Amino acid sequence: MEALYAEQFYFLGLIVLAPLLGAIINGLFGSKLPKRVVDWVACGAMAMSFAFALISVQALINNMTVSPDGERSWGMLTYTAYQWIFSGSLEAEIAFLLDPLSAVMVLVVTGVGLLIHIYSAGYMAEDESKWRYFAYLNLFAFAMLMLVLGKNMLVTFIGWEGVGVCSYLLIGFWFGDDEKAAAGQKAFLVNRVGDFCFILGMFLVFYTAGTWDYVALAEMSTTAATAATLLPIALPAGLLIFLGCTGKSAQIPLYVWLPDAMAGPTPVSALIHAATMVTAGVFLICRMNWLFTLDHRLMATIAIVGALTAFFAATIALVQTDIKRVLAYSTVSQLGFMFMAVGMGAFVAAIFHLMTHAFFKALLFLGAGSVIHGMHHEQDMRKMGGLRKLMPYTWATFLVATIAIAGVPFFSGFFSKDLILWGAISNAHVLTVDGAMGMITMEHFTSALVPAAAGGEALDIGRWAIVNWVVFLLGIMTAFLTAFYMFRCYFMTFHGECRADEETKAHIHESPPSMLVPLVVLAFLSFVGGYVGIPHFITTHMPEGPQFWSLLLENWLAEVFLVSDAYRVVGRFGASPYGLETLVAVVSIAIAGAGIGLAYLMYVKSPELPARVKERAGKLYDLLWNKYFVDEGYDTAFVRSTLKLGEVSYWFDRYIIAGLLVGGTAFMTKNFGQVLRHLQGGNVQRYATYILIGTVLILFAILGGATGS
Amino acid sequence: MVEFSSIFSALAAQPLLAQIGMVSEAEGSMPWLTLTTFAPLVGILLLLFIPKEQINVLRNVALIASLGTFALSVGIMVNFNPAVAAAAGDAFTFQMVEHIDWIPEVGISYAMGVDGISLWLVMLTTFLMPIAIWSTYGAIKENVKEYMVFLLLLEVGLVGAMLAIDLFLFFIFWEVVLVPMYFIIVIWGGAERLKAGLTFFIYTMTGSLLMLTAMVYVYFQVGADTGVYSFLYADMLGAELTYEQQFWLFAAFALSFAIKVPLFPFHTWLPLAHVQAPTAGSVLLAAVMLKLGTYGMVRLAFPLFPDAFVVYAPFIAVLAVIGIVYGAVLALIQTDVKKLVAYSSVSHLGFCVLGLVAMTPQGLAGGIYVMLAHGIATGGLFLCVGMLYERRHSKRIADFGGVAKVMPVFAVMFAVIMLGSAGLPGLNGFVGEFLSLMGAAKSHFLSFGEYNFFLADAESAFALGTTTTVPTEAGTSSGPELTAFIMAAIGALGVILGAAYLIWMFRRVMFGEVRYEEVRMMPRLTAREIGVLVPIVVMTIFMGVYPKFFMSRMDPSIHQFLSYMDVKVTEAVEAAAADEDRRNVYGQVVVEPPNEEWVPQGSMVDLARERRQQR
Repeated sequence: MEALYAEQFYFLGLIVLAPLLGAIINGLFGSKLPKRVVDWVACGAMAMSFAFALISVQALINNMTVSPDGERSWGMLTYTAYQWIFSGSLEAEIAFLLDPLSAVMVLVVTGVGLLIHIYSAGYMAEDESKWRYFAYLNLFAFAMLMLVLGKNMLVTFIGWEGVGVCSYLLIGFWFGDDEKAAAGQKAFLVNRVGDFCFILGMFLVFYTAGTWDYVALAEMSTTAATAATLLPIALPAGLLIFLGCTGKSAQIPLYVWLPDAMAGPTPVSALIHAATMVTAGVFLICRMNWLFTLDHRLMATIAIVGALTAFFAATIALVQTDIKRVLAYSTVSQLGFMFMAVGMGAFVAAIFHLMTHAFFKALLFLGAGSVIHGMHHEQDMRKMGGLRKLMPYTWATFLVATIAIAGVPFFSGFFSKDLILWGAISNAHVLTVDGAMGMITMEHFTSALVPAAAGGEALDIGRWAIVNWVVFLLGIMTAFLTAFYMFRCYFMTFHGECRADEETKAHIHESPPSMLVPLVVLAFLSFVGGYVGIPHFITTHMPEGPQFWSLLLENWLAEVFLVSDAYRVVGRFGASPYGLETLVAVVSIAIAGAGIGLAYLMYVKSPELPARVKERAGKLYDLLWNKYFVDEGYDTAFVRSTLKLGEVSYWFDRYIIAGLLVGGTAFMTKNFGQVLRHLQGGNVQRYATYILIGTVLILFAILGGATGS
Repeated sequence: MVEFSSIFSALAAQPLLAQIGMVSEAEGSMPWLTLTTFAPLVGILLLLFIPKEQINVLRNVALIASLGTFALSVGIMVNFNPAVAAAAGDAFTFQMVEHIDWIPEVGISYAMGVDGISLWLVMLTTFLMPIAIWSTYGAIKENVKEYMVFLLLLEVGLVGAMLAIDLFLFFIFWEVVLVPMYFIIVIWGGAERLKAGLTFFIYTMTGSLLMLTAMVYVYFQVGADTGVYSFLYADMLGAELTYEQQFWLFAAFALSFAIKVPLFPFHTWLPLAHVQAPTAGSVLLAAVMLKLGTYGMVRLAFPLFPDAFVVYAPFIAVLAVIGIVYGAVLALIQTDVKKLVAYSSVSHLGFCVLGLVAMTPQGLAGGIYVMLAHGIATGGLFLCVGMLYERRHSKRIADFGGVAKVMPVFAVMFAVIMLGSAGLPGLNGFVGEFLSLMGAAKSHFLSFGEYNFFLADAESAFALGTTTTVPTEAGTSSGPELTAFIMAAIGALGVILGAAYLIWMFRRVMFGEVRYEEVRMMPRLTAREIGVLVPIVVMTIFMGVYPKFFMSRMDPSIHQFLSYMDVKVTEAVEAAAADEDRRNVYGQVVVEPPNEEWVPQGSMVDLARERRQQR
């Protein structure tokens, strides 16, 4: 076995390569191949990638070492494909890294990806250019795997932009429709704004650290002697990178592209705009957690932006009538939850939620896709209803996902959301601890607990507690809204009378098996996915063996977040805060119950209520319906002003530069030419005179030049 | 004292072609450079004997001649040894040098040489030429013979200018380029071709004259200093010029090159010429000819006048940054596809110049890579626009829509080229732009020193050495130079805008519904057209996926150049500091030796032989 674990672990390359090959085969020859073959190539590529991922993760598990004090560590597997760009001190290789964090991501990407590929085979069955669809989808998987497996920031960035392009291509997949093409364009450009910030952040990191390699950077920022060099750029570089993440992960201020991105085929929304690509930002911050935790202001900013996004997106989702748009805003909102967790230093919770969200949100989208498929491309929930009997499998699986996202106990969403809320209220950055600023040294950032926290007492973090409360309350409110709008969506779609017209009604049908199998698998995962992170107030009473398994995710990821978790982010309620944790769990259960109850009341019990509420809160409803007018604001502020600038510049170009300066010169030249014209009358003697004069002049000039100086 | 009478006799007695044989005898090996440069002349010669009416024969002969030239240039590539460029005291170490006295009386010699920078530009030219010629099969039906002759003549000029290491020879080739390009625009161009041709000619001629004057001045200066009158590049580098002299000479050179690049605000000839030129003309104009400007900067203007360069650099960088944003914003609002691509050139060349003046390894490598990538990408875009024009007889964006449905294969190729131009990682545009920006952002050369006018208050903070400090609880730490970082950041805006104008154009042309019957009737790509685009697409991908192939072979030359500049610039800064009349200048070249395992140790031929022996 030893050889396999040597410096080059080739399987990582194979994970990435398989989807790329699939994309190339389908892209070049797909139009000539029969549709079945196209399906098999695309799904086969993903299946291979998934298989290689499983092998690699197993290898990583086998790699486990246990330190004398019982700490497990899995280390990492790496593979360097080739040298890409070297220039002076810049060395960028195409290299991959598998550690516990990327292992989780790779399994999610390839696993959920495979399911969605299988689903797509059914969903896109009638599409003419299915090959193109699958080529893009495989290409996306390739780029996403580059992103999560990248060993340095540049490889991550390749994937980062790559997923953006695939997203652009897939949103605008039905490019014949101008609106869809426009949505793709919007997604790409908004992402580009984020990427612009990301690049600048990368530059800052490079100048200070001299490398983009995650391993080297981690080493640097978790060693007391060198962490100080990264300290000053943590805030600017972190902010820039975070802005990059807001683009990809649809957070304020760059979330506007995601709802429009729903123009793409529904499985695309499930894969790219719910399960994988949009979580890239969360992943990246977790990957670079040792940089972000260096600065508490940065962390607070991230947390607050995340919480605000979560809340505002949830409010917009309340009034949406397009089933996919509800889910889109829900995604923005849930991503906000993840950023909230990251910002509060609850990295494990963020990854946990990322994973469970990938399951249930993909399931919701696929369920919605099944509904849309069954109803012949009807997306308006006002025309649905009563689908429970017509589409039983879709109904059952959709219900599981809705329960999971609403935060009902025993389903996966509950566990992860609870962990986030608990982190929001209890975590504190060491720099915010009262009096810590004065006595803290670099050791306290890397290898020693701050004296105040070492004793296990409750910590006083002064006014920084406001951040905790703001984030926590926004989180709780979002949880309530989430439960409400998700069940609103569920009731409107599956309960009551069917509001579709007769024509459609007659044709509603359950989806084919290739679409149902992924639904069932994802429903299973949405249920059990949470049991890798059972709340601490339960596990603390368990014996060691079961405790390890019920906190599997936390233990698995521990080494990745070791320094951040142990020394930089501390629990402010002392050593055993389990009573409080129970309280938070109870509150979140109550809130979820209230949300579900309200939805039941408004959409099942007395369906006339919504209309009355709408009437009473007319202004607010308008504001929500128009999504706070953000799109219009951006359009005026950025798009139109840039175009205006272009027009002004064009005017300047034509009339000032070309017209006045160049034209003026030309005018003078022309008139000068009129004078000169008389010189060339065709008289040979005259020419001879000119030549003589010229020669003499040149001679003088040369002699003067040669001797003069 | 120079004997002038002999110039003419020398010219008469030793015509250029007659000497080619001598070179090979003298060197004992293949004179790759001369062969590559003059191979198109053989094609021209053949063309002259073919009757005008046999259009297809004419075309094929020209195509074969250009392919032959490409094959010969591959000879340069495989024999080029990147490891040779050691850190000598020269600015560049040339290889495969061919040197014979041409007009010894005035110190003009026929000297050719290649280094890591010119190598790829030559390859770019010879690579694109057959593609350009092949692309004319459908478009040019009148005066085919003349067209082909001009195209091949253009190739002679372009390749020659990049290989010449005698400034007089360089100038001759430089001028040779102008004539065929002028006629290509004026004879085969669009409606406004006369105006475009004239503007092009006046602009570039002005530049040429300035350069010639400055060149001759340096020539006499060198002669007066050393007693040896010579136009050889190596000799010219030895000129000892005062700061004041350099100031004006650099201005002349830089202006000439800035017009060619074109740098804002000297760019107004470009959209006109690009739009009016026929497709092949636009391709060569954008892809190769503009590069003569940037190439000239690196090769001549910067190393010849380092004292002046230190002072000028930040201002050139400002113009480059303005050009990036300005060109992009203008491209955004264009209604004519070809004009849009033309303005995008202004923007892209801004990246290039910004990287070049940064005087960092990344910046220089990036700048050169932008030249190559832009050549491929913009060449490809012009070809695509040409194909659209041949079908629709319109270049207005509004006249298209939904083309992707009608021409699916074309859509894919156009998309790849477009994304490459937009700087997508994994395609060619990214590597260069990224490195240029990165190099510029870390530059210690783009400091205004006391010329600082828009940041006067914070002057001390931006002076060299006292780089920006970022306050933290734990103290302070230095970051990159702020002025440089700001310029890079503004330049990076071009990345967003670049995506914006290209993607928006692509959407309006290719996506949406098919609105016009003319568009619906557009025929699919012919086999020839696919053949024209495939090499571009392949190169777009290859240059993005495996830039090592190119970069590792130019890095040693770049490193050598930077080491040379470092010495010169340090002297210049010291001299400026000692001179009370002059304001202080700051500037420091960043020299970082390339990683040894990165650079191939030997030419491709050598390495292949070694590998075979190992087996």
